[in-house]
Amino acid sequence: MKDVSFGQFYPVDSFVHRLDPRLKILFLIAYIVAIFLASNFYGLAACAAVLVLIVIFARIPFGKVLRAIRGVTFLVLFTAVLNVLFYSGETVYWEWGIFCISFEGIIFSLFLALRLVLLVVCSSMLTYTTTPVSLTDGVESLLTPLKWIRIPVHEIALIMSIALRFIPILMDETSRIKNAQMARGADFESRGLGKKIKATIPILVPLLLSAFRRADELGDAMDARCYTGGKHRTKYKKLRFTWRDAVAFLLGAALIAGVVVMKIYLPAPY
Amino acid sequence: MRIVAEHLFYTYNPRSPFETAALKDVSLTIEEGEFFGIIGHTGSGKSTFVQHLNGLLRLPSSLKKYRPKKPRKGDVSRPKTVLTVGEFDLADKKTDFRALRRNVGMVFQYPEYQLFAETVAEDVAFGLKNFSEEKLSPEQIAAAVKAALEVVGLDYEEMKDKSPFELSGGQKRRVAIAGVIVTRPEVLVLDEPAAGLDPLGKREVMELLHKLHREWCKTVVIVSHDMDEISENCTRAAVFADGRVRYVLPPRELFRHAAELGEMGLDVPLTAKLCAQLEEAGVHVDCDYTTEDFCRAVLAAWREKKEGAR
Repeated sequence: MKDVSFGQFYPVDSFVHRLDPRLKILFLIAYIVAIFLASNFYGLAACAAVLVLIVIFARIPFGKVLRAIRGVTFLVLFTAVLNVLFYSGETVYWEWGIFCISFEGIIFSLFLALRLVLLVVCSSMLTYTTTPVSLTDGVESLLTPLKWIRIPVHEIALIMSIALRFIPILMDETSRIKNAQMARGADFESRGLGKKIKATIPILVPLLLSAFRRADELGDAMDARCYTGGKHRTKYKKLRFTWRDAVAFLLGAALIAGVVVMKIYLPAPY
Repeated sequence: MRIVAEHLFYTYNPRSPFETAALKDVSLTIEEGEFFGIIGHTGSGKSTFVQHLNGLLRLPSSLKKYRPKKPRKGDVSRPKTVLTVGEFDLADKKTDFRALRRNVGMVFQYPEYQLFAETVAEDVAFGLKNFSEEKLSPEQIAAAVKAALEVVGLDYEEMKDKSPFELSGGQKRRVAIAGVIVTRPEVLVLDEPAAGLDPLGKREVMELLHKLHREWCKTVVIVSHDMDEISENCTRAAVFADGRVRYVLPPRELFRHAAELGEMGLDVPLTAKLCAQLEEAGVHVDCDYTTEDFCRAVLAAWREKKEGAR
């Protein structure tokens, strides 16, 4: 429980950690576009190479990256198997009713699985290298245009950052309450759905109460400091583009350009 | 039950950037019948230590998945860890941790936040029902709950059907303590039992603990960062700092180490400070630093001086 893994921020100091969060978000979007533009394995290989580069520069251990993949193994396998079975290709190896396994089908699902894995790893790299606070700062800054059509961007960002901020606190609280009830002989290891549900009540009730209490306290504290929302507020930490961001921007642009070029001039069969 | 800990280590989040060593070679013996104090600054490892006492934190060797590691080259060999509470060997996988928890009651910080049931009686009975081997009759439960509520100074008939959430703060805390002692544990461990209470509430809680120590639980261990609380109440106290035990002494002797305590971020009790100031002014006051004894000693010194002046 002590493992504060939401947002999964991995606290080391690196090139990628220091990038502007806005740029990282935009880079992620560009990367996803590149993945889906890539129409052959050359393109995907380029994407994968860039990703490996990012992981190395972010100084995230590969084990952590693998853990991110492990979370979606089932989804990837499931879609891959479905695609293999239902893709109607020309070189058919095996056929039974509506199912058929073809060479093209296997290639296609391999392609799809790779795409999914790259997608997941790249997005988890964003959360590994960006604190929730700077992530919401970045989102707020990127959504600024929406303010012109009267969408309360600042409030949305505030709600987001409060929600993210409270996750570790509530996790802590949960483990504390759990410990206290275990000290009173509560049994959380028993099997059986009914028993399990019943066992959560002594945790859930105090947890909900404390969440409400904390929300009240936070509201009071904000009132006491005369918080009135986004207008005229300045930021303590201003986001600024630096040479690092320029490098990352160029890398992203080069990746997309490269993928497009490969799509046109390298008509590989797969 | 005698509590013996030898060479206890504990690390949170091992092998990650969040890694923190909370206990670094803690050895401590608490005799049966003591009113023992554990004092230390935030992060000194005192809470981590007491959570070992009823198996909420386990020694690696007591876990099911534990496999003894082969010693590798360059490993620092550590002395063998021993942790026993009475008959229970907490380093052993085969230990019955449920039975241990029944015998070692643990009251956490702000225990009133763990109340959950619809009525006070139900909440107090929670631990009782969890721990009993055979099903207890409603009369047995009611009798045990009544006894527990009365010993913490609450009226059973008035309280039993109330919702625990409509009580006052002090009452809630008493109900929560009743919910722990209802199984009549031999050892009662309390983490900051007086935190967040006003001076009167603090004194009432401490009086309650002395009453429990006399009537219900043979051994009481309190964790605190308040020197006055420890010096007024405990038979012996251990000072924790940076995951280690610095001193284990009766409070009376503990405060001779005022300078070192200051370095650890701990205060000496008010009475000790006053004694030091009086000493500077040329008045020697010999007392054991409880408020009562301090007053007696100061009055005696004052009378003596008056006599001398005459």
